[in-house]
Amino acid sequence: MWHWEANPLNGPAVLGMIIGGVVILLMTLGVVTYSILWQRKLIGWIQWRIGPNRVGPLGLFQTIADVIKLLIKEDVIPEKSDRAMFLLAPIIAFVPSFTVLAVIPFSAHHVFTANAAIGALFYIALSAITIHGVMLGAWASNNKYSLIGGMRSAAMMVSYEIPLGLSIVGVVLMAGSINLNDIVEAQARSGWWNVVPQILGFIVFLIASTAELNRTPFDLAEAESELVAGYHTEYSGFRFAFFMLTEYVYLFAMAGLCATLYLGGWSGPFLPGWLWFAIKVFLYISFQFWLQATMPRMRIDQLMTFSWKVLLPLALVNLVLTAVIKAFV
Amino acid sequence: MSLIDEKDQVRTEEMLLNVGPQHPSTHGVFRLVVKISGETIIDAEPVIGYLHRGTEKLAEDLQYTQIIPYTDRLDYLAAMLNNYALCHTVEEALGLEIPERAEYLRVIVMELNRIASHLLFIGTYLLDLGAMSPFLYVFAERERIVQMFNEICGARLTYNYMRIGGLRWDAPPGWLDQVRAFVGHMREQLKMYDDLITGNEIFLNRVRGIGVYDTETALAHGMSGINLRCTGFEWDLRRKKPYSIYDRFDFEIPVGKNGDCFDRYYLHLLEMRESLKIVEQALDQIPESGPVLGKVPKLIRVPAGEYYSGIEGARGELGFYIVSDGKDKPYRMKIRKPSFVNLQLLPKLLRGQNMANLIAILGAVDIVLGEVDA
Repeated sequence: MWHWEANPLNGPAVLGMIIGGVVILLMTLGVVTYSILWQRKLIGWIQWRIGPNRVGPLGLFQTIADVIKLLIKEDVIPEKSDRAMFLLAPIIAFVPSFTVLAVIPFSAHHVFTANAAIGALFYIALSAITIHGVMLGAWASNNKYSLIGGMRSAAMMVSYEIPLGLSIVGVVLMAGSINLNDIVEAQARSGWWNVVPQILGFIVFLIASTAELNRTPFDLAEAESELVAGYHTEYSGFRFAFFMLTEYVYLFAMAGLCATLYLGGWSGPFLPGWLWFAIKVFLYISFQFWLQATMPRMRIDQLMTFSWKVLLPLALVNLVLTAVIKAFV
Repeated sequence: MSLIDEKDQVRTEEMLLNVGPQHPSTHGVFRLVVKISGETIIDAEPVIGYLHRGTEKLAEDLQYTQIIPYTDRLDYLAAMLNNYALCHTVEEALGLEIPERAEYLRVIVMELNRIASHLLFIGTYLLDLGAMSPFLYVFAERERIVQMFNEICGARLTYNYMRIGGLRWDAPPGWLDQVRAFVGHMREQLKMYDDLITGNEIFLNRVRGIGVYDTETALAHGMSGINLRCTGFEWDLRRKKPYSIYDRFDFEIPVGKNGDCFDRYYLHLLEMRESLKIVEQALDQIPESGPVLGKVPKLIRVPAGEYYSGIEGARGELGFYIVSDGKDKPYRMKIRKPSFVNLQLLPKLLRGQNMANLIAILGAVDIVLGEVDA
């Protein structure tokens, strides 16, 4: 683990950081590639279909073929759009999604991620930046459907970040630290994962994170049956791929955060830590895909009511209960 | 231009949004020009005609038998019912006698087609509301019906199966057993749809109390079918003006209570159950063998006069109005298209709703653009 406060910033250290970044980028791209394939396979099976099986053995190269297709597509920039903002938006959306991975502890003894003292806060703060990219892209497109999609996602992300943050505070109280590594270690020490004592917070986190990720039943921002494609209606080619990539990198990151906060991160018996982490991430991702295959979409006003009148009070109750128990037990 | 006006209020403007003709949820080439303020719809104006083929005019140059394939293309999800509606009108005009076996086969294919059409409604409606899986489930069921139709008449969508005075072909051997097996299978599947969809809290919140109208409004707008029955008014031509052999079967007419989108969805589910009942009874009563085409003159000349008969289509009252001057072609033909009539209330229903409800309300009307535009 990189303790940058204890080590001076010299040549080898910078080189290490760059190598670490590249390794995580490659790993993330691999995870995203195959979670998209897994999504299509799993949803296919749920829907009595086979799913992609033509490109490569068992369809293993399907996503790669899709990415190549997006790469060689014509890159359309609408004439009436705000060109600079239109080009900038996918980058603003993508960069934070990748940056948040810096604080997710993938295993007990790893070298590539930061041991930041404000881990959980870092995640929440950075993930809030993505919404600016979505909003900018929607607005700059100069398309009415995009604009409505952008408005919806802004309203939704702001509303759901609050219960999400509050549910995380419960975990932080349990561990007495915001550092994600400390949170995992506290769970490993105590012998039970946070999902048991923090079950209420876990449920709030699960729902709010689904909304944060813009996934069914909260996929209003890109509700295809209403808004064609929502905020990325005008995007095509690789700029569109960037928005999709953002979505799936966040799925991975959120799965990592969920595993870290509630499911004991890399801790677990018998198997090596990275494998435990991978299993938990896989479960969370599969859960999201399962939801996607089962649920219809909520309506925007119901979504807001649900966030402010149900999730927020629940998160507060959880927080107060945790604080009281921590203070007196 | 300032965004703030003199009263220090943010200046807002209404937005004109074009929903369709190329939009995922307009079920074809339907266009809706909506005026929205934020996400609230202030006004909506349907624009139709993108799929107009002039079927009524074309029919004036066609002999009666030649019109049948054109009816396939009206409501292409329930072509058997369209076939029957035309044949029935001409048969009434001529006073033709239909062989027993043909009548039973007609009822079986019509009710199967009604099930296929209602299945597709449930699939597309749930797709409109954002649920993907039911759409694929209903296609698996519908596929079995379509395969059976393929065996009996050689087409999966545009059947052209009925003739004036009976049917083109008898059912192939073993076909009726297939239907019987399907009825049992479909009963179980319907239960699954009920479990999967009807109890879903998100779905209920989306459709309950949305797009409500009462019986008077529905009658004033000439609505029929499920769009009328959802208000609690029992009106089904199979019962009220029995045609064919529907008076021989025992079935219920499910009606709604609140006249909202949920009732419209749920009636589709209940009607499939009733259709299965009819198919089952028809399978029990059908004669083992016999002709399927009655005695019909080679060149069909309808005596001069005006004729109308309506049947209970999958979407409401489907009627053919024929004016004849005694020749082998109609002088004028008018089709009473249930989708077209049911669509009239849409602008009134949409006012004051938001974008998400627009999709829920439009989907529940259950339009087929081939029929609306004809």
